[in-house]
Amino acid sequence: MLTEFGKIFVFVLLAVVFVAIVIFFAKLIRPSRITHEKTKIYECGEDAKGSPWVKFNIRFYVVALIFLIFDVEVVLLFPWALSYKEYGTYGFLAGIIFLLILGLGMAYEWRKGDLEWARPKITPPELKNTSNKTEKINS
Amino acid sequence: MNITEIIVVSLIKIVLVIVMILVAVIFLVYFERRISAWIQYRIGPNRVGWKGILQTTADVMKLLLKEDIVPSASNKTLHTLAPIIALFVAFSTYAVIPFGPDVTIFGYQVKLMVADVNIGVLYVLALTSLGVYGITFAGYSSGSKYSLLGGIRSSAQMISYEVSMGFSVAGVLLLSESLNPQKIVLAQSGWMWNAILQPIGFITFVVSAFAETNRLPFDLPEAEPELVGGYHTEYSSMKFAGFFLAEYANMIIASAMITTLYLGGWQIPYIDKLGLGVTLTTLLQVGAFFLKVIFLLFFFIWVRWSIPRFRYDQLMSLGWKVMFPLSIINIIWVACLIMIFNL
Repeated sequence: MLTEFGKIFVFVLLAVVFVAIVIFFAKLIRPSRITHEKTKIYECGEDAKGSPWVKFNIRFYVVALIFLIFDVEVVLLFPWALSYKEYGTYGFLAGIIFLLILGLGMAYEWRKGDLEWARPKITPPELKNTSNKTEKINS
Repeated sequence: MNITEIIVVSLIKIVLVIVMILVAVIFLVYFERRISAWIQYRIGPNRVGWKGILQTTADVMKLLLKEDIVPSASNKTLHTLAPIIALFVAFSTYAVIPFGPDVTIFGYQVKLMVADVNIGVLYVLALTSLGVYGITFAGYSSGSKYSLLGGIRSSAQMISYEVSMGFSVAGVLLLSESLNPQKIVLAQSGWMWNAILQPIGFITFVVSAFAETNRLPFDLPEAEPELVGGYHTEYSSMKFAGFFLAEYANMIIASAMITTLYLGGWQIPYIDKLGLGVTLTTLLQVGAFFLKVIFLLFFFIWVRWSIPRFRYDQLMSLGWKVMFPLSIINIIWVACLIMIFNL
């Protein structure tokens, strides 16, 4: 007996077989004259300098962490959405409280500046004083 | 139906859908180029075949015959695996999209979808989030700075918009009470389309779909002026074609999902009151589904030539500060709607 997920499996299997056949067929008919120059990394015609695995912005990790939290909440929200009509007012209140807590977490992230992509501006207190002094002198 | 018949019918449907995807992708690439030319007041491809209709086929043949260059600094296994993951994800999501109502052909009850699973929407969401791996692997394994930056940007973008996409879908589930795509379509009978009942959710879903498919105005992963080709800078030959085909296949699946979830799928409002025959009604409904998808595809291309690319910080703040709160407001809106009107 072929179940519905069995059909998906056959579908995916056929798709993968198709891709494999195309890649294998291409391998048979295309030329292969690899030289040292061809296998170099593209960097605007210059020789590549340093490691290709460069340091990148720490913000990417912060975004990944926020995603992890909120995506779990999506998973928790789906069963609530599916059985919402059965529970009436009780379900409504439960959902609103859940979303409220979610919103609070969101507001916290926002206030902390974790949703800001550009680095938040930090003005040290000494700098402020000097600027005030200069303003006084100027005025 | 006995088992052999079920297997034969399923196989026919599977082969038909796969052929349909390939033909659709080939024509979509051609139409994108023609429409781009039309919008920009150019001529566009018009030499290969009648009005240039065989242009994409010729391009695929060219890519088949091209030398496959793998950079010596790359991770070979991941480099080969990345386009295969991208294609696999793009193809497998088609299995649960309903093209029309159940029909009876030669005495057999046939469902116009490959597999009628009860968690269809969850299946599509899960597989599309796997698509991040293809792009991240491509960026990481190429051993090029441009590829790495493109891959990381892309994964951050896709996960940011996936959250608001998930929350928008929850609004649809509130009304349909099912994860089955066919039941979601049936819940939108008449003018009860989700796009009309929950316009905020519709907008957030469409914007997230644009971001998930890496289309303009969200094509930061391959922003040509700054990142050369983004994650596929070091790809050539059939592997490049794999990413290319996957991108267009993703566009079609995004349009089909928007149609199914928000635009009533294959439904035409009040068609049963016209008193047409069963066969004609079914044909019209299947036609309506494809017309809606084609319109959305045109919309994708239209937007590409109308709106300039976002800056990266604008993209992230749009995703987290606008789309995400809006999708939560949408859930509360739908919940209130059901409480007040007892839908």
